[in-house]
Amino acid sequence: MSSSPLSIQSLTHRFEAGTVNEKLALDRLSLELPAGQFVTVLGSNGSGKTTLFNTILGKLIPDEGRILLDGEDITRQKDYKRALNIGCLYQNPLRGTAPDMTIEENLALAYTRKASRSFFAVNRRDNRYFRELLAGLDMGLENRMKTKMGLLSGGQRQAASLLMATIAQPKLLLLDEHTAALDPGAAEKVMHLTETIARRDHITTLMVTHDMDYALRVGSRTIMLDSGRIVMDLSGEERARMTSGALAELFYAKGKR
Amino acid sequence: MTMLNLLIAALSQGMLYAPMALGVFVTFRILKTPDLTVDGSFVFGMTVCAAVTIAGYPIAALLCGALADALAGLCTALLQTKARIEPILSGILVSTGLYTVNYAVLGGQSNLYLQREVINAQGAAVNESCPTVYRMFGKLVKPMGGLMKDANLQTLLLTLAIVAVLTALLAVFFFTRPGMAIRATGDNEEMVRSSSINADRMRTCGVMLANALVAFSGALLCHQQRYADMNCGNGMLVMGLASVIIGQVLGGRRGVVAGLLSAVGGSLLYRIVLQLAYRLDMPSYFVKLLSTLIVILALTLPRLRGAIAKRAKKEGARA
Ligand SMILES: Nc1ncnc2c1ncn2[C@@H]1O[C@H](COP(=O)(O)OP(=O)(O)OP(=O)(O)O)[C@@H](O)[C@H]1O
Ligand SMILES: [Mg+2]
Repeated sequence: MSSSPLSIQSLTHRFEAGTVNEKLALDRLSLELPAGQFVTVLGSNGSGKTTLFNTILGKLIPDEGRILLDGEDITRQKDYKRALNIGCLYQNPLRGTAPDMTIEENLALAYTRKASRSFFAVNRRDNRYFRELLAGLDMGLENRMKTKMGLLSGGQRQAASLLMATIAQPKLLLLDEHTAALDPGAAEKVMHLTETIARRDHITTLMVTHDMDYALRVGSRTIMLDSGRIVMDLSGEERARMTSGALAELFYAKGKR
Repeated sequence: MTMLNLLIAALSQGMLYAPMALGVFVTFRILKTPDLTVDGSFVFGMTVCAAVTIAGYPIAALLCGALADALAGLCTALLQTKARIEPILSGILVSTGLYTVNYAVLGGQSNLYLQREVINAQGAAVNESCPTVYRMFGKLVKPMGGLMKDANLQTLLLTLAIVAVLTALLAVFFFTRPGMAIRATGDNEEMVRSSSINADRMRTCGVMLANALVAFSGALLCHQQRYADMNCGNGMLVMGLASVIIGQVLGGRRGVVAGLLSAVGGSLLYRIVLQLAYRLDMPSYFVKLLSTLIVILALTLPRLRGAIAKRAKKEGARA
C-alpha cells in the first residue's frame, strides 16, 4: 500500500442528508501527499476546504471513503488520538491557545505529546527548549514566558499557536487560512515562520489560503477545490509558469461552472 | 459572648465550609462550567460520613464521604461528556437522585445523630455518642488548658490544619501535568483535544475532585455538629458561590494559587459577615436571601461600574 503520510481515498460527506437542505460538501475526493510536501489549497467559499480538514482531524466522520495517515486507517479514530500526529491552526488566533494560562504553560501543554515524564508540567529542561523556540519567533516572547496568553496581540498569539501546533513534530500540519486575520506585516512573518518550520522538520502540510500570491509562492504544489472535488492540481513546471493573475482567472472560471 | 468568641465561632464555621468553597472554585473558575450537584453532594458527604462514623471509623468516615462523592461527581461528568446532557441539567439530575440515596444511607429517616446503642453495666440499653475527629482532637489538646478548652477554638484549629494541607495539595496538583490539563480544559477545551489529551477525561477528573471537596465539607460539618441532616445542603451552591466571589473581589483574578487562597478567605469572610448580621438581629432564615443578594451584587458589580464610568465620562464631556 501507499507509504505517503496522507492518503485520502474517495472521501464523501453530505450535510443534513435526506432533507431539502442536503449539501454535498465532499464529493469522492481523493488526494495523495508525498512525505514533506507543502501543498496550498484554493477554493471559493463553501467549496469544502474546512470540511475536508474536519474529516482529517476527526471532528467529522465522513459518510464514505478512507483517510490513511502513514498507512494507518484513521477514518474513525477519536479526534484527540489522531492529534498525536496532526497539528492544526485556524483563522482565529484565539482557537489555538488558552488565554488564562501563561505562554510557558500553553507550550508545556502542547508538548505533553512528546515530553518525557515529569512531575510538574513546567520544568527547567523543557523550558530551555521553549525559550529557544520563542526566541526563533523574534518577537521578544522568550522574555515574557510568564505572561498570560490572553494579553498577547493576535499576531503574537498566532505565532505562538504555530509553535504549539508543531512543537511535537507532527506528521501532518493543517492550516486553515491561518494568516487571514492578521495585518499584512504579521501575516508575512507568520507565513515565513510556517515555511521555515515545515521545511526544518520536514512536515507534510496542507494550507488553505485565499491569497493567490501565497498560493503560488509558498510550498511546491497548489490544488483547487470546488463543490467538494479537486478541480485543479498544479506542480512543477506548470506551477512555476503560473502567475497569480492567471490563477485568479482560473479561479473564477472554475467557480462559475 | 465576647467579640473574640464570636470571631472564633465565625472563623471555625468559615473553615468548615472552606473545602466546599474550594470545590465550587474548581468547577466555576477552573472548569468554567457550573456544577449543580453541590447541594446533593454536600449532604451525601455528610450522610456517608455519619454512617461510617457510627460503624466506628471516624477518620475513615471523612475519606469515605469524599470518595463516595467522587463517584457522584463521576455520574454528573458522564452525563455531561458521554450522554451530552447540559452541564446544569446533569448536576440537577444527579443532585435530585442523591436525595433518595441520602435517605437510604440515613436508614430511611431525615436525620441521624452520631450515637449508637450499647448495653451498660446494669444491662440496660443506653445511647453512647460516637467518637469524632473533633472529639479526639479535643481530648488531645484539652490538658493544655487555657483557651484550648474552648470547643470552637478546637474546631477552628483542627479544621485550619486540615484546610491548610488540602489547599497546599491542590495548589501543587494544579501545576502537575494532569492538573494543568484540567485547567486548560476549562480555558480552551478544543486546544486540549488538539494537544492529543482526552479532554472529557480531564473534565471528569475535575468534576470528581470538586464533588469530593464539597462532600469533605459536609463530612467535617457532620463531625462538628454531631449529626447528619437532609436539609443541610439547601442553598449550599449559592453559599459556595458567594464565598468564591467574595474571595475574588478581595484577591483579584491572578492565578490558581491566589484563587484557591481567596476561595478560603472568601469562605471565612462570608461567615464573619453572617455573624455580624446575626448580631444586628437578622433572623437565621434570612441567610439564603442575603447570600443570593451577595452573589447577584457581585456578579452585576463589574457591569454596573462600567455603566457608571461611562456616564461619568459623558457628564465630564458635557461640563
Ligand atoms: N455543520 C454544517 N451543516 C450544514 N452544512 C454545512 C455545515 N458545515 C459546512 N456546511 C456546508 O458545506 C459546504 C462546505 O463548507 P466548508 O466550510 O467546508 O467550506 P470552505 O471551503 O471552508 O469555505 P470558506 O472558504 O468560506 O471557509 C458549504 O456549502 C457549507 O454551507
Ligand atoms: Mg473554511
